[in-house]
Amino acid sequence: MTTRVRVVLGEIARQRAASQELAEQSHLGDVLLRGLMRAQLALALRLALVVVIGLGGLPLLFAFAPPIGTVTVFGVNLPWLLLGVAAYPFLFGVGYAFVRLAEQNERDFTALVKRPER
Amino acid sequence: MHSPYTVPAIIVVTLATVMIGAYGLRLARTTSDFLVASRLVSPRWNAAAIGGEYLSAASFLGVAGLILKFGVDVLWYPVGFAAGYLALLLFVAAPLRRSGAFTLPDFCELRLGSRRLRKLATAFVVFIGWLYLVPQLQGSGLTLITVTGGSYLLGVLLVGVLVTASVALGGMRSITFVQAFQFWLKLTALAVPALFLVIHWQSDGRRPVTPADGMVFTHQTTVHFDQSAKLVFPDKTVVAHPNEDITFPAGTPVPKVEAVHANDGAGWLLPGQRGLFATYSLILATFLGTMGLPHVLVRFYTNPDGSAARRTTLVVLALVGMFYLFPTMYGVLGRIYTPQLLLTGRTDAVVLTLPSAALGGGIVGELCAALVAAGAFAAFLSSSSGLLTSVAGVLSTDVLGRGSVRDFRIATVVAGMVPIVLALNVSGLDVSQVVGLAFAVAASSFCPLLVLGIWWRGLTDIGAAAGILVGGGAAIGAVLLTVLKVPLPAWANVLIGQPAAWTVPLAFTVMVLVSRATRSRLPAALGSIMLRLHAPDALRALTYR
Repeated sequence: MTTRVRVVLGEIARQRAASQELAEQSHLGDVLLRGLMRAQLALALRLALVVVIGLGGLPLLFAFAPPIGTVTVFGVNLPWLLLGVAAYPFLFGVGYAFVRLAEQNERDFTALVKRPER
Repeated sequence: MHSPYTVPAIIVVTLATVMIGAYGLRLARTTSDFLVASRLVSPRWNAAAIGGEYLSAASFLGVAGLILKFGVDVLWYPVGFAAGYLALLLFVAAPLRRSGAFTLPDFCELRLGSRRLRKLATAFVVFIGWLYLVPQLQGSGLTLITVTGGSYLLGVLLVGVLVTASVALGGMRSITFVQAFQFWLKLTALAVPALFLVIHWQSDGRRPVTPADGMVFTHQTTVHFDQSAKLVFPDKTVVAHPNEDITFPAGTPVPKVEAVHANDGAGWLLPGQRGLFATYSLILATFLGTMGLPHVLVRFYTNPDGSAARRTTLVVLALVGMFYLFPTMYGVLGRIYTPQLLLTGRTDAVVLTLPSAALGGGIVGELCAALVAAGAFAAFLSSSSGLLTSVAGVLSTDVLGRGSVRDFRIATVVAGMVPIVLALNVSGLDVSQVVGLAFAVAASSFCPLLVLGIWWRGLTDIGAAAGILVGGGAAIGAVLLTVLKVPLPAWANVLIGQPAAWTVPLAFTVMVLVSRATRSRLPAALGSIMLRLHAPDALRALTYR
């Protein structure tokens, strides 16, 4: 069985060009790569900020609002629950979000480079 | 109180380690196989292996000991040890794997094209590796004293020689399987006794951790004092003489000992006893230090590509986080059932002594005691073999030879001898504190190198070298002052004891400023290096020729 394929020369030319721009580090390729790096770094920094505020804020909170140290939940003081238990699922959640979003960024980039524009 | 099952359990762990290593040995054929496990290791195996290697004596014994002594503030240690993997995931994991660098010195050469920087990085890898190995070996000596009554010397030699031999003969392939096995062993060894301990505490009427009228001995306890100690009771003061055994009947209040710095009473329960500077310094060191530990980075090369490196790191984060739920339980229950450790200051032994102290001499107590001893042994074996592999790896490729299997074996013996000799001669170091200092050195040297090297095009070889020398050098200076116990004024004590809060920003600043001043030395192939680090794996065939 044969399938008829319509070959559009312009598309092939553009497809070659997009990946080659990247491989040869032409000006366009450089712009593309910088865009990806900026997106990934911005993502990493945003999620790092979530941890800096969520976990890094705790010592300040404990220092400036000492009564929080004496609040008990299920008979356990709140700081023990936050640092001894809740911190770990929190860290994993941030990591999980990063992996999903970073891979999405890379898929978008791959599609941009590989697929010719319509 | 020595369980009859302890020695057999330790022997079983050792035999299993050697046998899994031997199984791997048959698979190790070429040099490439030997060093990087052929990159055939799946993310789950790899993640368990990373976890197995990472959870050292400091995690297995030290964290619980610190919690017993200081309370909620030191929970930042385990949180930071786990969060380090998040920082690694966010900023380093995928680009580092894509760079193709096997070790930190490799990364220096690939990214900045400088042989001299490579040598400097090698020196730091070896220093951090040894700094981390000494407390591992000391921990094994301590364990042998505590659980079998054996000698410190024997424990250090046993673990040191065993690890050196297995690394020299098996290489990393076998180590991967051994490490993965060790992770699950360590988790089981903490989790199962913890379950029994909690059940026991429930049936024991849920004794309060911080009783209103002070801690009491729950059962008759005999304490052996190596040195003289002043025991302060609520109503009297007793002096214990060196080598004296004192027996405290059940219900006696637990005295305070002046020489042991431990938190007592309500302060133990509440945060903020250590000061904000020390807390933030510790957070910075542990969050940023993990990525700079040599034995952690080597593992990333065994991932097939950048995405796999990310997924592996995420699994590690889950595994390590799961593990750290347990040391806290030991530290807390230790307040109730093993307060005698606060009298001698040997709080690092709480994980080992708690099961038999709380569960008694029955079969359950003895089996649990044997299990934690086996887990502790696994912790020393796995961490020290991972560290030794990476130290020997850089020694064999950069100092002693050109990286053949024979060079690697010679380098392993050399790399193993030094920390054994150090551990035999230096004593009195606190396991977790030394490990914390190793993190501070890594965070002040390799963390800025990796983060700036991956994300900033402006980094130069001279800038990187200057940052490592100034920041890492300052951290090493602080470590030496602490280890040698040089007397310092009070304000300097905080800065030196927890140096990361000033050495990490210092390293970043110097690296950026010197790089800007030496802009003419930017690597020529910068564009293709950055492409290699950041191009998605799907584009590798197109872009990486």
